[in-house]
Amino acid sequence: MLRIEHVYWLIAAFLLYCGLRDLRERRAWHAAFWLVLGVLFGGGDYVLAQQAAGHALPSQLAGAGVIVLALLAPRLHRHAHAEDNSAAQRLQSAIRLGHKLLVPALLIPLVTLLVALFGGYLAFAGRHLFASAQMTLTGLALACVIALFAAARVARAPLGSGLAEGRRLLDAIGWAALLPLLLAALGEVFTQSGVGAAIAALATSWLPTGSALACLITFALGMVLFTVIMGNAFAAFPVMMAGIGLPLLIRQHGADPAILGSMGMLCGYCGTLLTPMAADYNLVPAALLELRSPYGVIRAQLWSAWWILLATFMMMWLLVFH
Amino acid sequence: MNYWPLLGVAVIVIGFLLRFNPVLVVVTAAVGSGLLAGLTIPALLALLGKSFVSSRMLMLFVLTLPAIGLLEHAGLREHAQRWMSRLHGLTLARLLIGYLLLRQLLATLGLTGVAGPAQTVRPLLAPMGEAAAAKIDPGLDDTDRDELRAVAAATDNIGRFFGEDVFIALGAVLLIQGFYAQHGIELSPLSIALWALPTAVAAFVVQSVRIWLYQRRLQRRAAGLRAGAAD
Repeated sequence: MLRIEHVYWLIAAFLLYCGLRDLRERRAWHAAFWLVLGVLFGGGDYVLAQQAAGHALPSQLAGAGVIVLALLAPRLHRHAHAEDNSAAQRLQSAIRLGHKLLVPALLIPLVTLLVALFGGYLAFAGRHLFASAQMTLTGLALACVIALFAAARVARAPLGSGLAEGRRLLDAIGWAALLPLLLAALGEVFTQSGVGAAIAALATSWLPTGSALACLITFALGMVLFTVIMGNAFAAFPVMMAGIGLPLLIRQHGADPAILGSMGMLCGYCGTLLTPMAADYNLVPAALLELRSPYGVIRAQLWSAWWILLATFMMMWLLVFH
Repeated sequence: MNYWPLLGVAVIVIGFLLRFNPVLVVVTAAVGSGLLAGLTIPALLALLGKSFVSSRMLMLFVLTLPAIGLLEHAGLREHAQRWMSRLHGLTLARLLIGYLLLRQLLATLGLTGVAGPAQTVRPLLAPMGEAAAAKIDPGLDDTDRDELRAVAAATDNIGRFFGEDVFIALGAVLLIQGFYAQHGIELSPLSIALWALPTAVAAFVVQSVRIWLYQRRLQRRAAGLRAGAAD
């Protein structure tokens, strides 16, 4: 049965490959960075299992590994290796191969889609082929492997050159690949250390609670601001809801819970478009597309986020108190 | 109320503004906030390690890199550009708005992993967009290309965000329902998801209009350049 753990092992194998190649090329900082990360990926399930069993030492070691990564990150200057095929060679290859080049690229979304839709029905000798937890992501990983084989066949290149090209792209992304995981960890620490409760207490201390509109504005802007700080609307929602939404808007002013919840969450989503803390949506794509400014994607989203927020707020205001 | 952990937020803001390495800034903020809240160092390390490995799925995109890298090496982007320049009816705005609609519909069905920056934007949407923009103005420079790629990534994000909230079995709706259930308010997931529809429509309209304005700006600039050259 294919489980999400297998996917993590596959990622670990790729990271260790990158680290070992760096080691052979005597790029010690890069090698250390990818090797530590690879070990964290491969050993992650062991860490979680031990943590659940009440043994904290593996998670403490993992935490120390995270600190090592943070200290190594500034030494990794991101640089795109020069593409060893010239533009003319690539164009020639593009003309020769034509639409065949699109097939492996389209296989990635297509296989993912098929697994997401039908993976639950696939069984072999009475056992399900895919574990139901995280099936779409397992499907995506399978799709990537199939696409790699297909790409090697189309381009008549060995699989190893696929790994080398993958490493070239990973080096161009560099430490930015790590940010989403670290920000998730930061969110957890913020929650545990009561940052959310402190912000909610500050917000309610000056709020004119008698005015429904003032409460609604504070709630919506609080969702945006808190999402900008935490990088995630899911972290903002319980805090703003417990601080303002439930006691003031629903209990005191009679707001409709379904509308308030749904549209309040969407106000938070507008915040996600604005913040470098949502690294997986904003900074990683900028690195992946090799933009010169890491904030290019946020800049492109700024006005969209503002107008969507305004539209959502107006609709919420008109609907929520009826 | 202990307000000291808020200093972690200040570390983030100042660190990003002064452009220190973001990885270092984030870990410093986490350590600072945790210590100020009175966590011991072993507890803090365990918390960091556990939450880091719990979110490993966020690096899944690296698995797309070998296949995409190999295809780009063999000329995928050049092919997408050549193909785009032959499709005459497909303008930049139609390409991006069509992608936005598709992405939003897929997310509405809960299929968010099907497309994304690594899966579809870098290998397909961005090069096709560049080719479509080059049909409007052949003299695009690096700044224009950066802006175009950023618009493509933004379109992908907006399509995903404001589609997934309509899907009943996905995180957001379940989180809202779970919160209310904990506080004694019973709601069906469908009644929550339906109220995401107005914003989904608004987001589609807003982003489509912005894409169209972006295309018009490129067209006007190109027309201005042509008029300047004709003088």
